[in-house]
Amino acid sequence: MNPTTAVDDPAPPALQAVALSKHYGSGANRFDALTDVTVSITAGECVAIVGKSGSGKSTLMHLLAVLDTPSSGEVRIHGTNAQSLSARALNRMRNREFGFVFQQFFLNAQQSVIDNVTLPLTIAGQRRGARRERAREVLAALGLAEKADARAVTLSGGQKQRTVIARALAGSPSVIFADEPTGNLDSATGAVVEDLLFSLHRDRGITLVIVTHDDELAARCDRQIVLRDGRIVSDSAAPVAVGAASEEVAR
Amino acid sequence: MRTVDLARTAVANTFRAKLRTTLTVLALFVGAFTLTITTALGAGVSNYIETQVNAFAADDVLLVQAQTDATIAAESEGPAEWDPETSTSSSSQAGGAPLAGAQAEPLTDDDLDTIAGIDGITGIDPVRSVSTDWVSHDDGAKFEFSVNPQSAVTVADLDAGDQLDHNADDFQVVLPNDYLDALGFDTAADAVGADIVIGMTDITGAAHEVEAEVVGVSRSSLFASGAGANNALVTELASLRTAGIDGADENSVIAIAYLESGLTADELDAVTAALDDAGFSAQTIEDQLGIVTTIIAGITGVLNAFAGITGVLNAFAVVALIAAAFGIVNTLLMSVQERTREIGLMKAMGMSSARIFALFSFEAITIGVIGSLLGVGAAMLVGSGLGGALAAGPLADLEGLSLFLFEPASLVGVVLLISAIAFVSGALPASRAARQRPIESLRYE
Repeated sequence: MNPTTAVDDPAPPALQAVALSKHYGSGANRFDALTDVTVSITAGECVAIVGKSGSGKSTLMHLLAVLDTPSSGEVRIHGTNAQSLSARALNRMRNREFGFVFQQFFLNAQQSVIDNVTLPLTIAGQRRGARRERAREVLAALGLAEKADARAVTLSGGQKQRTVIARALAGSPSVIFADEPTGNLDSATGAVVEDLLFSLHRDRGITLVIVTHDDELAARCDRQIVLRDGRIVSDSAAPVAVGAASEEVAR
Repeated sequence: MRTVDLARTAVANTFRAKLRTTLTVLALFVGAFTLTITTALGAGVSNYIETQVNAFAADDVLLVQAQTDATIAAESEGPAEWDPETSTSSSSQAGGAPLAGAQAEPLTDDDLDTIAGIDGITGIDPVRSVSTDWVSHDDGAKFEFSVNPQSAVTVADLDAGDQLDHNADDFQVVLPNDYLDALGFDTAADAVGADIVIGMTDITGAAHEVEAEVVGVSRSSLFASGAGANNALVTELASLRTAGIDGADENSVIAIAYLESGLTADELDAVTAALDDAGFSAQTIEDQLGIVTTIIAGITGVLNAFAGITGVLNAFAVVALIAAAFGIVNTLLMSVQERTREIGLMKAMGMSSARIFALFSFEAITIGVIGSLLGVGAAMLVGSGLGGALAAGPLADLEGLSLFLFEPASLVGVVLLISAIAFVSGALPASRAARQRPIESLRYE
């Protein structure tokens, strides 16, 4: 059913895009953000989605994270077509399975660090005691234990991004989507945050999907998917993209 | 998200933009304050009138007299000291009783038989003439005194003590409270249980004294119906008056006709019509109240003015609440605008649209509850203060009047109404927040 799934792998891939297209507008104003993208990400992989601004990399991430609906094609999560799920089931899945790290922090500046970190747990309906305990654990693991009760506005940039990672980790997700995670940080702090993300992947087996235009960061990932004008031009792991890649080389 | 967390988050968010929230709350405060004051004023005034009206609560009776042009007795200005030289014996039938002052022909025995024979009437009691001269307590000064012979069909608005017991053999009096000072009682409660002496003159000119117990003290009423006496006392006073001379009892002008219980309005009309044909006029207690309440409205322009003020204030309250509703819409729309990314983030993290809607609705309701509680509280403080000051000053004559009556049900009603208005106003911003697509909220390129 899926041409990119390895024959010797019986478990369905964690994330899968099948002939995925997304366009905005219609007629003369039609803009194709993504055209016929097929990609498969196995559980525990560390994947970089690379491309220039407007290449469709963020759109692809949003579709894979079920934050957006495709114009055509399918997104499958652990083999299940996301469109066949109810809104409730999708919410539940995003809450339980996914963690998000964005270029902008989206922290509630006036709230304490711990209240920011517990947000996904609060949404999940956990009790106050349990979710605060879990948040303290995660903060301690990220070296932010003593900042738990500080207001988010008082943190430095690196501490803010670590808080964001703690928030993404709080719900014990199986996949973390990171959209330009270091875009807002100086290179030293960015390196610390990168190390942190890769150690989560390495030590906890969390699937990492990083959207970036930073080639160095992309190079640290196991696999790079390069997008241009809404199409995959190279995928370091998928033979199906080779044709496109050689075309690219020929040009 | 658990509901308790939702509520906690909503309350915290409400206080995030303090100035904006305060201004919106202020608009609701004005509405809640005005509405509470107005409602309390209406309740206070109508409660007062109802209490006055209850002085005529007995059911199933008609007051019957020969047909005449009724005139209304003048209001009395409290008791004047009795002076044997100038004071005339006060006739009880002119003592401010509802039909008193109507110079009708006395009812003959034949008349009474005719009335008793009409369908629907089970009995007839002529109101016996009693006339008293004075009252004194503890051998003190004597004051002019009249007894309301219709005590049997009225219920006094009591300040202290109990209603009359018409089946008792001892002599009982309900004393109007404007006699308290004159007779040397400090409080209404002091008077209850005291014995007073009533002086009268019989038809032969001989003076008599009757001792009676004060069982209750009545508030001076807008209807000024005089002292109440139980049946035993009325009978005693009436027999003393005739001085044992047969046939000396002049016939009564008014009689109380007792009706079959449970008459319908049509049946009652039939009885009244039959009496009319026979040359009598009959009035139910309610008929009289209609007349008397109209008189009150005329006499006490104060109450009328309040009714007008109440209407104007009500209009203000409605305007304030409409303005407040727009204020809430505006406040929450700004809030949704400002928190676009927060909403997007929460949706990305799996918060449902319904919960987002609930969150913003709850914020609207929080604003409504705060505004209405503050408004209701302030209204109660101001109303109690103002009511107390007016009752002690300009309105001291209207006894038993508490101008502002704060009924728990209407207070809760005001809070609920304003919370409901807040909820409705919050619906548009809340649904806008709920419809937001996470991806558009989180876009930043």
